Amino acid sequence: MSLKKSISRREFMRWAAGVPLAAGMSVHFFPRLAQALEEAVKEYPLIWMQNSTCSGCSVSVINTIHPSIKNVILEQVLPGHQLILSYHGTLMAATGSMSLDAARETARKYQGKYVLIIEGAIPTKQEGIYGYIGEEEKPITMLQWVKRLAPNAMAVLAVGTCAAYGGVSAADPNPSGSMGAQEVFQMLNINTPHINIPGCPCHPDWFIGTVAKILLYGMPKEKELDQYGRMKLFYGRSIHNRCMNRDYMDEGIFAENFGEEGCLLELGCKGPFTSADCPVRLWNGGVNWCIAAGSPCIGCTEKGFPDQHSPIYQRR
Amino acid sequence: MKTIIKIDPMTRIEGHLDIEAVIDNKKVVEAKSKGTLYRGFEQILTGRNPIDAVQITQRFCGVCPTPHAIASSQALDNAFGVMPPDNGRIIRNIMQGSNYIQSHILHFYHLASLDYYRGPDIPPFVPRYEADYRVPETVREKLVEHYIEAYQIRLKAHELCAIWSGKMPHMASITPGGVTIIPRIDNITTSLWRLKELTDFIDNVYIPDVITVGQIYRDYFQIGKGCGNYLSFGLFDLDSEPEVTKRKRFFQMARMSKEKVYPVDVNQIAEDVKYSWYDSSSHKHPRQGDTTPNPDKPGAYSWLKAPRYNGESYEVGPLARLKIAYETRSNPKINQLIDETLNKLQVGSDELCSVMGRHIARALECKVVADEITGMIMQVKLEEPVCVPHQIPDSGEGMGLWDAARGALGHWIEIQNQKIARYQAIVPTTWNASPKDDKGQAGPIEEALIGTVIDDTNNPFELARIVRSFDPCLACAVHLAEIGKSEKTFRVI
Repeated sequence: MSLKKSISRREFMRWAAGVPLAAGMSVHFFPRLAQALEEAVKEYPLIWMQNSTCSGCSVSVINTIHPSIKNVILEQVLPGHQLILSYHGTLMAATGSMSLDAARETARKYQGKYVLIIEGAIPTKQEGIYGYIGEEEKPITMLQWVKRLAPNAMAVLAVGTCAAYGGVSAADPNPSGSMGAQEVFQMLNINTPHINIPGCPCHPDWFIGTVAKILLYGMPKEKELDQYGRMKLFYGRSIHNRCMNRDYMDEGIFAENFGEEGCLLELGCKGPFTSADCPVRLWNGGVNWCIAAGSPCIGCTEKGFPDQHSPIYQRR
Repeated sequence: MKTIIKIDPMTRIEGHLDIEAVIDNKKVVEAKSKGTLYRGFEQILTGRNPIDAVQITQRFCGVCPTPHAIASSQALDNAFGVMPPDNGRIIRNIMQGSNYIQSHILHFYHLASLDYYRGPDIPPFVPRYEADYRVPETVREKLVEHYIEAYQIRLKAHELCAIWSGKMPHMASITPGGVTIIPRIDNITTSLWRLKELTDFIDNVYIPDVITVGQIYRDYFQIGKGCGNYLSFGLFDLDSEPEVTKRKRFFQMARMSKEKVYPVDVNQIAEDVKYSWYDSSSHKHPRQGDTTPNPDKPGAYSWLKAPRYNGESYEVGPLARLKIAYETRSNPKINQLIDETLNKLQVGSDELCSVMGRHIARALECKVVADEITGMIMQVKLEEPVCVPHQIPDSGEGMGLWDAARGALGHWIEIQNQKIARYQAIVPTTWNASPKDDKGQAGPIEEALIGTVIDDTNNPFELARIVRSFDPCLACAVHLAEIGKSEKTFRVI
């Protein structure tokens, strides 16, 4: 990255030094280390494409606490590793064609070195006309963006259940012919390594954890992923097996109506059919999770959500 | 000579939107906005179990799932003939209030504020338009700091919601008849302290920042006026009146036309389609509305229908709610807050109808809402029920009316054979971004854009500032109101 950019970043650090909540640890606690790393910092451009999505995964990922979103987008997220958020439709300053130029320029300049993040499913019906971003005489469909950006990326992260498997965007009767990235890649014969980070939305820790894994250790090995392309670390065990309500089940106490104590199985809980670490990781800074709020797991991290789990509130 | 400006895509809004404006002699004479994504939610909802609507409709929008969960639960309460007990009513209010706080802070700092000052010179803050950034360096440094701080503080508003809802975005604990969470003392304590932090930020950072930007961009109290009619379905249920239109609310359900406030008669709402790509019959109440798409319809230019109240366009959102509250003097604290702020800014109350006025209204409302839900948290009663059991009827109809952060939101459900037979919604952005109606009257954003002077067609930041002041949510508007079967394109003007 250019000298100008480094200076700008240092400048920024100075401005941000007054922010107590997220003081950049690397600079303030280890100034010499920071200086040394400034010389040898590895930069990873990110292109974050929002497709058929509610933007909930972006909103969820910016809820990351340690590291904070400031640490993630403006500082070295890990010593010596810096993410550069070149394109993100909801967060970037640029608008219009200028914003897309940033994505195009990144893809050209960093061929094979950028990370493509896909949020939302990809509409494919009628050549993807149901969803487009920008135009070059004709609208550029989301499907075309995937064709352009995915083959030359270093890695693709499918963030959220829509991006991974289609999710709500592809729910029956799937009016826009939406698909998850994996299915689109198979259709288009794209072989870029990719990882699914499902969830409706994706938990910030799952996203940050997967990114950190790639930065420090490279792409996860096959044995580290399950059959649905998810990291076993986060999705390897069932909700049910680690549920806080297991004692209720063992004692035969089942809630018959909402707002009652007891195992939620009879109210449609999909915990036995869902793999994720929600029971131990919890959500939103650890304040809660679905089952602790008296509500059944709806199976949002699974391929086939929501149709496979419908009706949501009936025992499967 | 006429010039066409295209802003494609329009970033820093919720969802996918393109803007096109025709400029004649530096003035906007015509504009189009295109929602560029279609998911077909009505089709997805049809045939499902009615209760699933609470989860599915939340997925319209990851910024504002809460109002959809609540409006759809209200529609189901109505159809099932149940009313939440006090705890259920209050906890829904708390969840909605925390979502307002999150949404308003996110909107000002992360979506809108970069229109007024230069961020750091690194991505995602570069590249950017070379706009008339007038903020002095010292103020700019402070705003950049606050931009970062706002990321941290808004997640506390999400935490506040999740304490009651299970998680955010996309809440777990809402159900017809109330909520599912059994309140505990630690929920109450930890909520109050998060609210304290949020209130400190709103009072000491957010409101002062908006006032500072307002003082520097004084001319934006004259730009982007809009249609001058305001509609709100109201916010925070204060009693358990089964008839939603008669329910007592903190922000009352009302409309304002020519500076006078009137009650809302929901039957006066109809959707025109003369300029929309539908062969459906025009001027239908949403309960009876149908959607037969025809992208080749002559003269049409939008996939959005044009909702009108008694034939007139209405702006919805924080400005509408505050204008109505101010005019009716329903809460002396709100009037005092508005008067004090107008005094500081040296602007008249009529100037609130503007780009900067919308930002001011949003910030002041954020404070009012934070104060209000602080009181509500103290009303939660441990050991008392949070919901009543429900049964899905063989057939029925239900209506939910509520105000999302971005404005009036209506959900209508029809049930047959215990399944969803029809689901319709009119979301805030459909009101604000509607195309012309059958009589040729423009929608609120159209009105706000027309006549705007564009200084430099290569840097049309004026347009972006106007559109963003409405806080458009295309994820909701396009996914919902556009129930056509072909590609999705709507135009604001």
